[in-house]
Amino acid sequence: MFERIREKLEILADAAKYDVSCSSSGSNRKNENKGLGDAYGTGICHSYTEDGRCVSLLKILLTNHCIFDCAFCVSRRSNDIKRAAFTVEEVVELTMNFYRRNYIEGLFLSSGIFKNADYTMERLVRIVKKLRNEERFNGYIHLKTIPGASEELLKEAGMYADRMSINLEMPTETGLKLLAPEKSHEEVKKPLNYIQKNINQFSDEKALIKSVPKFVPAGQSTQIVIGATPDTDKEIMDTANAFYKNFSLKRVYYSGYIPISNDNRLPVIGTQPPLIRENRLYQADWLMRFYGFNVQEILNDAHPNLEADVDPKLSWALRNLDRFPVDVNTADYHMILRVPGIGVASALKIVQARKFGRLYQDNLKKIGISYNKAKHFIRFADSPVQLKDFESGHIKGLILAESQSKYQRVAANQLSIF
Amino acid sequence: METFIFDGTLEGLLTSIFYCYQRKSGTVKLINKDYHLPDVFQTNFLVVSDDEKGRRVWEGLKKKLDKEWLLRFYQSYLSEQPETFQHLFNFARYIIDNPAGAEHNFGNPHVLAISQMAQKVHREKHRMEAFIRFQKTADEIFYAHIEPDFNVLPLLTEHFQNRYADQKWIIYDLKRKYGLFYDLEKVEEVAFDFSAEMSPNLNALPSRLLDPKEELYSVLWKDYFRSTNIPTRKNMKLHIRHVPKRYWKYLSEKQQ
Repeated sequence: MFERIREKLEILADAAKYDVSCSSSGSNRKNENKGLGDAYGTGICHSYTEDGRCVSLLKILLTNHCIFDCAFCVSRRSNDIKRAAFTVEEVVELTMNFYRRNYIEGLFLSSGIFKNADYTMERLVRIVKKLRNEERFNGYIHLKTIPGASEELLKEAGMYADRMSINLEMPTETGLKLLAPEKSHEEVKKPLNYIQKNINQFSDEKALIKSVPKFVPAGQSTQIVIGATPDTDKEIMDTANAFYKNFSLKRVYYSGYIPISNDNRLPVIGTQPPLIRENRLYQADWLMRFYGFNVQEILNDAHPNLEADVDPKLSWALRNLDRFPVDVNTADYHMILRVPGIGVASALKIVQARKFGRLYQDNLKKIGISYNKAKHFIRFADSPVQLKDFESGHIKGLILAESQSKYQRVAANQLSIF
Repeated sequence: METFIFDGTLEGLLTSIFYCYQRKSGTVKLINKDYHLPDVFQTNFLVVSDDEKGRRVWEGLKKKLDKEWLLRFYQSYLSEQPETFQHLFNFARYIIDNPAGAEHNFGNPHVLAISQMAQKVHREKHRMEAFIRFQKTADEIFYAHIEPDFNVLPLLTEHFQNRYADQKWIIYDLKRKYGLFYDLEKVEEVAFDFSAEMSPNLNALPSRLLDPKEELYSVLWKDYFRSTNIPTRKNMKLHIRHVPKRYWKYLSEKQQ
């Protein structure tokens, strides 16, 4: 008994880990019935794996049996691996007991497709229903939407889940068709759209009638796999941008492809996952969502890929030197936000603090901007006089020389003294 | 310059602020009596904490500061850092002496120090919310002990009470020798004498005190933690930035 549950957890946690979504925030489910758990407010990362990813939810598959044969997936039908399936009770027990010990914020439940979409979705719904109704569990639940499941089941699932998600997998339709001929972006859009319509409808009703129940209060998200197909960063971000706009997604996750197959359509096993690229895509995503950048400003036909050695904000600034320097004492908030080395929190502090007097170098450093990067793009009360204008290649060289990239390896001809 | 000596309590800190106005003091150096070294060349003013005087100062601050800033003031106080007490003292005077809105001046060293210290305390509180690992005891109480950098227990009550409303729990601060106990109704402060068997460094109660299933779940949790890792993405530098080594002692998944 003891050993069997350990083995199941090992198999089904291992199979679920390639879904990178770990968010447990954005819901508004309070513990109002003196039950267990509270999914109100910000999320919590209870631990971090050695790869530096947050562990916030118990992320498992209900089963890794699957009728599909998608080349990029470990659970594909043709893959010779151990298979397992949890019972409804086992998932409920694990979730409750992990939660009680403060190990997790809640459950992330996904599944391989066994028999058909409805059969699978119905099992998932049964678990969340039991957690909410019988166990009075108010923790966070992230539930996968099974493509092709009936609208009634999706609607029922939405009554119990905090977030629902469905993965695009490949950034472009052609890439997806190549690796997973049985799938299409169209069948992702349909349920996304259906659930979003319901979210809107419930929130409209909630505005009028207070007792309207919750429906997917933390919204929907999706995941795009990076580096399995030869798409450009522009294609990836255009897809992400379209999905943010059309389906009001809360998040798009970018997951560097980790080779798990000898299929010759895919990078071979042992290839390093594209970690820098993944990081740069997240930075670009943040620029779009929090810094007021338009996707065309970051990526366009002249610059279809993000640079590896500098972040996209710096890269944009170097291409648009005519918009700098920015005087922090007079410039508009939105322009200060665009300075490399100044984040949202610092930009807000700057516009508040300058009402009380002009800001000097010392103030800026204490406020916490990344001064060595920002100094090339700003003017302040005691700016040193600069006689000539630098050109972008020169500034880039200066910044790279002063900073140490976390990705930079020690040069091969350089001996380490430690 | 005058030197005020106070008892280290919030009440004492607020009372000191009251006296600096009553005495029309100029620059004041505020010292916690535990850190005070007597000095023959200086006269000191010993502040006796006074509920009424403290409250008057707090009411005064309430008129100028919104809820968020009052919380920052309290969070900074819980840091227990001598230089933060001085900043709080000077910050309060700065707020009282200036028109409303002065707290937005991040160019002022005290405003900046308070906002940064409050953030540090907040982070420590958040880490405790994340890294506490309860163990279920045979008498159905979920127990955890901690040694936080700052005195964050008072900030934790609400979070844990909301979340674990249907189970009894204890969170004990070994450093400051008091804890919180939730009995399904309310949270109370408790203090008890640990016998020698309580090891401060391991989040592990002796197994005879534990619920029979406790071991199963702690093993399953370790298994899960291992299975969810992706070895080809290993990045220990990032891992340690997120979970600094001094917190590993709390984490059952990090124990051998």
